[in-house]
Amino acid sequence: MNVLFEGLIEALRLLVTLDRDVINITLRTIQVSGTATLISVLIGIPIGTTLALTRFFGRGFTVSLVNFGMGLPPVVVGLATWLCLTRYGPLGFFGILYSPTAMIIAQTIIATPIVAGFSLAAVQSVNPKLRLQILALGATRPQYLVLLLWEARLGILASIIAGFGGVISEVGASMMVGGNVRGYTRVLTTATVLEVSKGRFELATALSIILLFLTFCIVAGLSYLQQRRRQP
Amino acid sequence: MSRTEAMLHTENLRLSLGGREIFHVNDLTIHKGEVLALVGPNGAGKSSLLLTLALLQTPTEGMIRIDGEAADNGNALRLRRKMAVVFQEPLLLDLTVRQNIMAGLKIRGAPHRDAVERVRQWLDRFGISHLASRPARVLSGGEAQRTSLARAFALEPEVLFLDEPFAALDYPTRKSLLNDLGNLLSEMSMTTLFVTHDYAEIPYLAKRVAVLYEGRILKDGSLDEVFGQEILKSSLWVPWET
Repeated sequence: MNVLFEGLIEALRLLVTLDRDVINITLRTIQVSGTATLISVLIGIPIGTTLALTRFFGRGFTVSLVNFGMGLPPVVVGLATWLCLTRYGPLGFFGILYSPTAMIIAQTIIATPIVAGFSLAAVQSVNPKLRLQILALGATRPQYLVLLLWEARLGILASIIAGFGGVISEVGASMMVGGNVRGYTRVLTTATVLEVSKGRFELATALSIILLFLTFCIVAGLSYLQQRRRQP
Repeated sequence: MSRTEAMLHTENLRLSLGGREIFHVNDLTIHKGEVLALVGPNGAGKSSLLLTLALLQTPTEGMIRIDGEAADNGNALRLRRKMAVVFQEPLLLDLTVRQNIMAGLKIRGAPHRDAVERVRQWLDRFGISHLASRPARVLSGGEAQRTSLARAFALEPEVLFLDEPFAALDYPTRKSLLNDLGNLLSEMSMTTLFVTHDYAEIPYLAKRVAVLYEGRILKDGSLDEVFGQEILKSSLWVPWET
């Protein structure tokens, strides 16, 4: 309890004094996880929507793969990404291992199935008769998709919240492909692990509190967007 | 307007799903300005026929002509934009009443000023002007169905499809809507296919009835020709058992 309290005091001190290291780490966390979430949204929503609206050979298997991907352990994703990006790996020539780009790639791999899976469920939950009604209004394919995504927007926003939640909280993949390099690839989760290993529990608690606060602010913003028109 | 001019015509139209034949309608014509009521028991294929005629379901074989033009994949969207469909459920978008009525017009590319005027007009005609800014999800069943009808009429379709639009409404609401709709259809001479299983609704809207039974048109004629006096003898009388 004492550690928590001291951590809270330390977190406030670090924020009030605009501690350079902490601000740097926080901004990098937003940059890496925000970019990964954005990319996963751009990939995951079309995948989820396509799977929800089309029938093709192997669709069931593809849906199973997406659902399986929603539970991918970050450390396994980190290892696979590391093996690909390491100097002797198939993508080693890019030379991006231990960089924020590598972390974004790993986090995108984690978030994309989550966004796709939730989007699939969201689009499928739209009344099939409403889909017919949209077509009956004379909608073109793009108009049809826009209106369908509008109707599914609560679920779509939930998919974004879940995807963001999945990547901002993960540590295994970021540690493995980012290397936790100070001032370069250190993010809030990897910094917390490091401080615990050094026995600096107050600082670790402070970083955790900042991570929680940051996550809360972003998720609260998305939740506001999701819920603002639902009140009668 | 000539009653002999066909607005909608089918030739050997057949739909099979999962190896089961849903309907086979060889020759059905709805003339310009005519309201045809389509009746039949549950599972007769009424709604499937309506969806097919509205170009929302691809037939297994046969042809549909809309105002003389044969429908195919190439012109389906353009022809669909000549029609409007009102389903049993109001199927409104999660928007306000005004935005719902506007949605179809925007989709069809109506000029903004024209669309605004038409929305105002149809909100007024269906007596829902006071609901214009209300979210569709908080409407009562009757209000929602009025909105759905206003959305369809605002499109000023050449063919209107009504798929049991009053089935889920209570009697007073149904009667009030039937009166309004009957007046509108006769005033506008709108070509309409009206699917229902409630014969009491038919005289409000249609002068001609087709009976669909097990996917085939069993009878097709005026109310007198199809129903005669039989409908008066028993409330359980059904036209496909005579």
